[in-house]
Amino acid sequence: MIWNESKECMSRDELHNLQSARLKKTVNHVYHNVEFYRKKMQQMGLEPGDINGIEDLHKLPFTTKDDLRDNYPFGLFAVPQSQVVRIHASSGTTGKATVVGYTRRDIEIWQECVTRVLAMAGIGPNDKIQVAYGYGLFTGGLGLHYGAENLGATVVPMSTGNTQRLITMMEDFEVTAIACTPSYLLHIIEVLEEAGKIDRVKLKAAICGAEPWTENMRKEIESKLGLNAYDIYGLSEILGPGVAADCDVHNGLHVYEDHFLPEIVNPDTLEPCKEGETGELVITTLTKEALPLLRYRTKDLTSISYDPCPCGRTMARISKFKGRSDDMLIIRGVNVFPSQVEAALLEMGETSPHYIMIVDRVNNLDVLEVQVEVEERFFSDEIKELEKLNKKISSVLQSALGLSVKVTLVEPKTIARSEGKAKRVIDKRKLI
Amino acid sequence: MFIKQLSVFIENKEGRLERVTYVLKERNINIASFSLADTAEYGMLRMIVSDPDEGIRALKEEGFSAKLTDVIAVKIPQRPGTLNKVLKILHDAGLSVEYMYTLATAGKDTSIIMKASDLTKAVEVLTREGYELCKAKEAYELNNNGSK
Repeated sequence: MIWNESKECMSRDELHNLQSARLKKTVNHVYHNVEFYRKKMQQMGLEPGDINGIEDLHKLPFTTKDDLRDNYPFGLFAVPQSQVVRIHASSGTTGKATVVGYTRRDIEIWQECVTRVLAMAGIGPNDKIQVAYGYGLFTGGLGLHYGAENLGATVVPMSTGNTQRLITMMEDFEVTAIACTPSYLLHIIEVLEEAGKIDRVKLKAAICGAEPWTENMRKEIESKLGLNAYDIYGLSEILGPGVAADCDVHNGLHVYEDHFLPEIVNPDTLEPCKEGETGELVITTLTKEALPLLRYRTKDLTSISYDPCPCGRTMARISKFKGRSDDMLIIRGVNVFPSQVEAALLEMGETSPHYIMIVDRVNNLDVLEVQVEVEERFFSDEIKELEKLNKKISSVLQSALGLSVKVTLVEPKTIARSEGKAKRVIDKRKLI
Repeated sequence: MFIKQLSVFIENKEGRLERVTYVLKERNINIASFSLADTAEYGMLRMIVSDPDEGIRALKEEGFSAKLTDVIAVKIPQRPGTLNKVLKILHDAGLSVEYMYTLATAGKDTSIIMKASDLTKAVEVLTREGYELCKAKEAYELNNNGSK
């Protein structure tokens, strides 16, 4: 069903007017409440009055993840702390996390967006949904949780980590919907098959996101579980899950344009791309209070279509993601930058910064191996000392990345050096 | 009194062990004895060689992580219970053995290479108990009939 028909199906003209009014308000808000934006706009000779509608969007400055890092933790917040009711955090490019905040109104809009997604997937008050994204600083768990409660569905807040308990409850509670990463759902399917329980499952919808997945993965999930699987997109800087999601047509993800203004730009020139052309997704928040962002560069590569969708929604659709314009990896739903590994190793001081990350998918679960060279000065001829070193590196990386890491010590000078940018990542996951 | 043992870190990859022995062969270095400890990902090759200084230089030039470690070689008679006796002496002295392997079995004695937690103390207690330790030069030249 369509949760909010007056918004999701509004005419493009009406939407245009709404977006323009909200953009003007947002620009005013950041100009007066965020020093970073005021200075940036002043440097560009720009005043809030210069922005009269979304056709002036191109005049506004871009925002990057590094801007969030440079203003860590709360420098870009546009409201006093007393109005902030929630903080979330995700990986930064180096040691510091990317911190985001929400006012009560921001949380309401977030849950509205997630509710739209769930309703679009045919979920309603009579459904029981297991939320199997991580709860905590990661936006996945709480984001889906609030949206599902707002819808009136019965939420089973599983979080991640105990698949046996998840499948027991799935059967015992007669759970009808699940929200998790697509790779975790494939893993759950395997566990269900091994336990001989796959036929007893009553799931009818799956909401999968937080990592890229393919049409083939969707088909496998749908045929094995006899359900419909939907793609949900989001990023904590903008909102969390619920920025966009696909409908029954499965031909692109509808962006909730009444709250988020999308653009596609060439990542090198930052010039706008034509409709249908692949480029970097840039989003301007239109209603965010605590952390409004102008032209935030998501680094996600996609294309956009404004063609009417057979489902009746008028909101533009972005295509399935085609990659990233930076070197960020998504491993088990966790954002990982190679620079985080490097920073952690250097800080530890016991290894060379010569490392390589190997990401693979074993039994449908992502595994990250980091190979580190054993330099002369750390080399011991006692196995127990090397194992101690190995464990230490593992635990340092685990706490830096928020992800378990298999560390392998390798001979010095075996990791390829290259001129300029070293090849630090081998991604063996087949996503096609 | 201490013998210089040459240790090399070896990844579990095809041809690495062969490469180590090739490098030593090229320098005409003899391997008197060795032990190979293996884990899932890597191995540790410990060797007594005819010229440890030249050996480590050669391996480092080849990019290996190699190290010289002091060890001792204690001579024990080839009879049941003799190894136990040596270990008991070390144990009673509060010493632990990190690793050990056989150096040579020629003649009526066996020489056992040992890395004890405190080598000086190990030498002291073993000598006091009348054990003979293999001299470094003697160890390097063991099992070496020269090049052909």
